Amino acid sequence: MKIPISIPAETFKVRAIDIAIFFIVLGILSFIIYIASEWGTPYERTVEINLNPSNIPQYAIQSLARIFFAYILSLTFSIWYGYTASRSKIHEKIMIPLLDILQSIPVLSFLPGVVLAMIALFPGKRIGLELACILLIFTGQVWNMTFSFYHSISTIPKEMREVVKVFKFNKFSKFLRLDLPFSAIGLIWNSMMSVAGGWFFLMACEMFILEDKDFRLPGIGSYIQTAANEGNIEYVIYGLGTMILLIIILDLFIWRPLIVWSQKFRIETIPPEEERESFVLNLFSGSIFIKKVVDLLNNTINKVEKLSYRKFSLSGNPVVNRLSKIMGIISLIIILLVIIWAILKAAGLVSNISFNDIITIIKAAFYSLLRVFVALLIALVWTLPVGVYIGLNPRAAKILQSIVQIAASVPATAVFPVILLFLIKLGGGLDIGAIFLMLLGTQWYLLFNIIAGASAIPKDLIEISRAYGVKGIRRWKTLILPGIFPYLVTGLITASGGAWNATIVSEYVSFGGEIMHTAGLGALISQSSASGNFGLLLLSTCFMSLTVVGINRLLWKRLFIMAKTKYVLE
Amino acid sequence: MEKEIILETIDIKKSFMVGKGREITVLEDINLKIYSNEFVSILGQSGAGKSTLLRIIAGLVEPTEGQVLYKGVPLKKANAKIAVVFQSFALFPWFTVLENVKVGLVGIGLNEEEIHEKAIKAIDLVGLDGFEDAYPRELSGGMRQRVGIARALAVEPELLLMDEPFSALDVLTADNLRGDIIDLWKEGKMPAKAIVLVTHNIEEALSMSSRAVVLTHNPGKIKAEIPLELPYPRDRNSRDFKFLLDKIYTILIKSPEEIPFLLAAGRYQFLPHAKVGAIAGLIELVHDKGGRVDIYALSSELSMEVDDIFPLIEASVILDFGEVREGDFILTEKGKNWAEADTLEKKEIFKDSALQNVQLIKQIMQVLSTISKHRVSEEFFIDILKNHFTPEEAWNQLETAIDWGRYAELFAYDYDAGELYLEEPSTIDM
Repeated sequence: MKIPISIPAETFKVRAIDIAIFFIVLGILSFIIYIASEWGTPYERTVEINLNPSNIPQYAIQSLARIFFAYILSLTFSIWYGYTASRSKIHEKIMIPLLDILQSIPVLSFLPGVVLAMIALFPGKRIGLELACILLIFTGQVWNMTFSFYHSISTIPKEMREVVKVFKFNKFSKFLRLDLPFSAIGLIWNSMMSVAGGWFFLMACEMFILEDKDFRLPGIGSYIQTAANEGNIEYVIYGLGTMILLIIILDLFIWRPLIVWSQKFRIETIPPEEERESFVLNLFSGSIFIKKVVDLLNNTINKVEKLSYRKFSLSGNPVVNRLSKIMGIISLIIILLVIIWAILKAAGLVSNISFNDIITIIKAAFYSLLRVFVALLIALVWTLPVGVYIGLNPRAAKILQSIVQIAASVPATAVFPVILLFLIKLGGGLDIGAIFLMLLGTQWYLLFNIIAGASAIPKDLIEISRAYGVKGIRRWKTLILPGIFPYLVTGLITASGGAWNATIVSEYVSFGGEIMHTAGLGALISQSSASGNFGLLLLSTCFMSLTVVGINRLLWKRLFIMAKTKYVLE
Repeated sequence: MEKEIILETIDIKKSFMVGKGREITVLEDINLKIYSNEFVSILGQSGAGKSTLLRIIAGLVEPTEGQVLYKGVPLKKANAKIAVVFQSFALFPWFTVLENVKVGLVGIGLNEEEIHEKAIKAIDLVGLDGFEDAYPRELSGGMRQRVGIARALAVEPELLLMDEPFSALDVLTADNLRGDIIDLWKEGKMPAKAIVLVTHNIEEALSMSSRAVVLTHNPGKIKAEIPLELPYPRDRNSRDFKFLLDKIYTILIKSPEEIPFLLAAGRYQFLPHAKVGAIAGLIELVHDKGGRVDIYALSSELSMEVDDIFPLIEASVILDFGEVREGDFILTEKGKNWAEADTLEKKEIFKDSALQNVQLIKQIMQVLSTISKHRVSEEFFIDILKNHFTPEEAWNQLETAIDWGRYAELFAYDYDAGELYLEEPSTIDM
């Protein structure tokens, strides 16, 4: 039996593509060796970012490596967490709300803990800071992947799960043949989103101030930021250009082929209306080298699967069962102890918080909430007409969609310095500027969902309203808004999550050597992280998490349920 | 041929806990023996727990009480000698036909050649040669189910279980596949020693199996076991066939005498999921045909399956519009009046009948007229119903009651608020 990779076997000639692939493999190899040699070096407190553009490729590669390792970590974590959560009702009841909370905690709040722990673990070595950076990127990309995997495996149809039992699959087979393929589409989409999120937080993770100490790692994020700090727009644009180029290359060579390939894991057995194409995938399918690798991979996996039935069929063994049960209880106790210890520690940290601080936090929360809503409102004002226009006009969609996609792929944080320059020239402070920065990061979620919603409105409904001469506001009220409502709600939920996360990087910006900030929860978190005021950091993080989860529960979830029941087009 | 007991169920009971320690019984007192060389069909309406029974036999679901013996040994988990064919086919869309069939053979400890050989043999057996490398999405529904059957046969099971295997197929395709399975069975080409088929289609059971086990619903109990000894291929127009059909139709429909008995036993009245419009359609049709029809003839004339027509008939029986005798559906006087009445009169007759005969509607009216604002959340009734039905069934029950109550203009329902209310509270006196 093969693993689910199939590639047409017609061509056995060595093509030009094979030579290209050879060089790609060579490139990857030297890349790994280079990274290893770099990260092993001792850490100097004052890493200088050399702005000479000839250094850009080297920086870009290092950043890419961080994102890559963070992604691998995220994937592993997602699968482990998803499985554990679906093991029993109790696991599910604890772990899924926990995920909700973890997701609402901004990346920067993890920063001090992670960085200090890693530096303590590898004193004086750069790898400590590298690992910290990777872990930070990880906290920015892991949650949606975990949700996706968990959701996929818990929606596997009952009869498919019964097949696994009737035909006596072991755990490995079940993972390989059912769970992984079933979750592939969602996992790949979310991987794409997560990696995009990785670029978004790269600047914050590669260069930051903690307890008034300056931490820097060589990378494209720190390059752009350093260039911006020196006010060198030319170098900012070089850095930005490289980053965008990298993102486009990744999209073309990894994500698009993966998405096309993953179509074979669609669960509905009806062929899709429109076959997606990937020119790169077509190219690769013709390669004899790739075919050999796929065959080798297939055979190895099959051998491992066969072996797994012989060597690891321990699950029936009562001793093993009891042992694993005891292990489970022990790990549960350890987790509980860690939680208690953390709470005691946290209480110690918070104990020196004054009443004034709490007032500050509440005020800051109010300002941030206001900014999030204004940002959503502004996003709505422009994305609604544009999205509906694109969605209802297939011809416009063809041209505009790819433009929009490229625009959306640019990580907003990287554009911040440029935008800031303009804002400063215009004279509006960060109070209002922050809203624009948040807007940059969140409007795309809305736009994409509105486009999807508008193009899903049934043709006959559109024709009927035309036949009855329904126009203008009435057309919006009777046809368009109810039609796109479920998509609109989904877009708003994602956008609001993104906006909250963006408060961290938009309310507190270091630019041109000085720090600009405005009143807000995000600013408070960044500030307390930079100055090492961990009590304040903890409390403001809790407050943000509470606000985000609260709004999710009280507002978005209700709207979502309404969207799913009343406004669903059957 | 000697008769060996392959599988036996002893006093099986299956119930689900629903809030506050109340439980709902799905299956009760199931004692069933499956012998070798037997093709048993388990017949019942939806909700009779027949699929649950099949899953208990397969070792997929544990019974609440009682046990399953496979060749005299208690069955705890899925057994490699018992294979299942699923209603939804449950194929892996990312595997080819061949890979799908091989799925069950990987863990047995065969080498690659043996696996391949067995899979090819099973594919040939169900007539899919040439499609080995096709993906399920390239195949028609009938061919997909053939893959499902091949997958089950490839492991050479002793007992083959089939859960409504033809109900997702169109009529012609289903007939064709049934014929092929009967051929394999009587020619002795089936690797399985016995087959258990779960179905709601009486004709299907009669044309295929050697014994029919009839389950009633709420709770699922074995009501009758009927040996079917007609020679294959079975002539559906023969007198014997029709006699058996009528017999089973009559068994499957609960007689009205049973209902008060069930109520007395503390069981809540089960409302069949029938919309008023459909009930009216049925009653008028039967009235046009002289007030008495053969249910089987009716269902084939309307090309409706048992699952579609039984709820209508049962609803008519509950509402006292009709009764069932010897496989025939006969209108009562009230039913005839209803058929002849105009729209407004119809509503009046229905209202009286519903208030008299339908426990849930009576209860709703009582609650609505006692509460001062005459408005109650649907959740209130759902909570009551959950004491007697599964959560899903509770919603079905309330949905049916709302449909009936709205038609009779007894009460109204506010979808957005999820509330039931009286429109003109003063005019209703209970």
